[in-house]
Amino acid sequence: MGLLYAVAHLSFRRYSTYRAATLAGIFTNCVFGVIICFTYIAVWEQNPTAGGYDVTDALTYVWLGQAMLMTVAMWSGGATDELAGRIRSGDVALDLHRPVSLLGWYLASDLGRAVYHLLSRGVAPTIVGSLLFDLRYPPDVLTWLVFALSVALAVTVSFGVRMLVSASAFWLLDDTGVKQLAAVCATFFSGLTVPLVLFPGWTREVASLLPWASYLQVPADLWLGKLTGLDVLAALGFQAIWTVILLWACHGALILANRKVVVQGG
Amino acid sequence: MVSVIKVEGVGRDFTVRKKVGRLRRNAFVVTAVTDLSFVVQRGEMVGYIGPNGAGKSTTIKMLTGILVPSTGELTVAGLTPSVERTELARKIGVVFGQRTTLWWDLPLRDSFELLRRIYRVPDPRFRTNMRTFSDLLDLGPLLDTPVRQLSLGQRMRGDIAAALLHDPEVVYLDEPTIGLDVVSKSNLRDFLRETNRERGTTVLLTTHDLDDIEQICSRVMVIDHGRLVYDGGLTGLHQLGGARRTLVVDLVEPAAALELPGAETVRVEGPRQWLSFPADASAAPLIADIAERHEVADLSIREPDIEAVIKQLYTNTSAWSSPPPFVE
Ligand SMILES: Nc1ncnc2c1ncn2[C@@H]1O[C@H](COP(=O)(O)OP(=O)(O)O)[C@@H](O)[C@H]1O
Ligand SMILES: [Mg+2]
Repeated sequence: MGLLYAVAHLSFRRYSTYRAATLAGIFTNCVFGVIICFTYIAVWEQNPTAGGYDVTDALTYVWLGQAMLMTVAMWSGGATDELAGRIRSGDVALDLHRPVSLLGWYLASDLGRAVYHLLSRGVAPTIVGSLLFDLRYPPDVLTWLVFALSVALAVTVSFGVRMLVSASAFWLLDDTGVKQLAAVCATFFSGLTVPLVLFPGWTREVASLLPWASYLQVPADLWLGKLTGLDVLAALGFQAIWTVILLWACHGALILANRKVVVQGG
Repeated sequence: MVSVIKVEGVGRDFTVRKKVGRLRRNAFVVTAVTDLSFVVQRGEMVGYIGPNGAGKSTTIKMLTGILVPSTGELTVAGLTPSVERTELARKIGVVFGQRTTLWWDLPLRDSFELLRRIYRVPDPRFRTNMRTFSDLLDLGPLLDTPVRQLSLGQRMRGDIAAALLHDPEVVYLDEPTIGLDVVSKSNLRDFLRETNRERGTTVLLTTHDLDDIEQICSRVMVIDHGRLVYDGGLTGLHQLGGARRTLVVDLVEPAAALELPGAETVRVEGPRQWLSFPADASAAPLIADIAERHEVADLSIREPDIEAVIKQLYTNTSAWSSPPPFVE
């Protein structure tokens, strides 16, 4: 435990050394936040209750989207990015040699990163957004806590997906294609471009069951108070189940990968 | 004596798939190591040399457990590497010259801190080791530099310290001096000698640089085409592979090229002549023969160049192990 805590801590420190990149990222988040807000305002003028959201919900959703973007490392920038490179270079053999679980190591490292990105790329744009627009906030402490838990689970789900994508490099050598596909899926099915609540008919049902719904739609609905009572537990349970499934899949993939490296020689 | 590494009849094949034509892929079997057997005693410093692709890295990988042998048995510190890899990892240290165990974006100090926790090095031991390594490898000024900013030589020093931090019984160094300058190489050799003397650490070192071997190893193993072709002392190596010594004689008067049994006159320059003779033969009868015929002003013997000896060794063994001609 001491080790994994140290890994997370050092990972946090390491990401925090890239200050210029962080500032540039925050600026970009703010610019996109503003642009998307004006688009949404136009949409909600046409249909003030689209997807069960009012315009305040919609604008809040935009800034939550900007905040979650790097926190879950939707496209790239997660600690898992390293793995594919280490597989390609063969350095992963050294990682496998260490008496530490590779999965635990990368998870700890990615959590450290996520905390940093939440505090910088998450909080800063949200503050800017709240200065520029009228936004909605969780009404009570319990909602804040539930939201925090949901964000943590969003990170573990996205970690599971990204880890599987990176581990594909054990078999494909190059994970670029899979990574691009995964980024497209994440952008679309997380509700970053269009909230899942606006998806028509059955597509909404399906999208809500996919792991990417954990990235943004679920935490946003909790923040906005769209879910109450047992629905809150169901939402957190949904994220927890995907976390378990994905981490278990990662574990299995790494066992196979280990066998491949050790028996077949990489 | 206690044997730390035991290797018995170990072989390793790789199946490689190669594209032939547009869609077809054929599987080829590449044999990296064949019928390898040796024993290393505690505290030995063994040099492991051979040309590129000879099977050195494959051997080291099998000894760390990150590769299973196709045939044969091996144990390191009483453990079977591929089965008890995690346990073994606490007893051995590994340095792969072209790779790094250090974390690229972290200061060197943080990498050591992580390794301390990974290997659960007790605090006092960690502090002593850090002090020793900082002194001997001159790491002090580098500790706060991120690894990616270190030069190759600096990084290698860091990697070696990292491999020894948990007081392993055995260290494998796969080409640790590759790309280093003369001073760094020499410091590294001093450090390895010192570590071996102080802690009795067993060292197995692969290299291309024969100076490494001459300066730190008491024993050499030569591998070529996956087979062990020599295992013994450095001096024995000189006598192998048809190595020849050279006798340089300065006669008082210039003379025609000497014709002596058991030696070949390879060069004549005025009164000076160069005679080549087998390295394992004695020079004494040769000198007596010359002294009988001519007045000798001076004599010297040149030992074979180890580099040339090894080159000779490789060409000889390649001839033995080359496959028979293809018959249809
Ligand atoms: N993972 C692998 N897959 C296929 N062939 C390999 C693999 N690793 C090594 N080989 C082959 O095995 C032989 C020995 O390689 P290696 O042990 O790396 O040699 P050395 O370290 O002595 O240069 C080479 O022919 C190499 O191509
Ligand atoms: Mg090699």
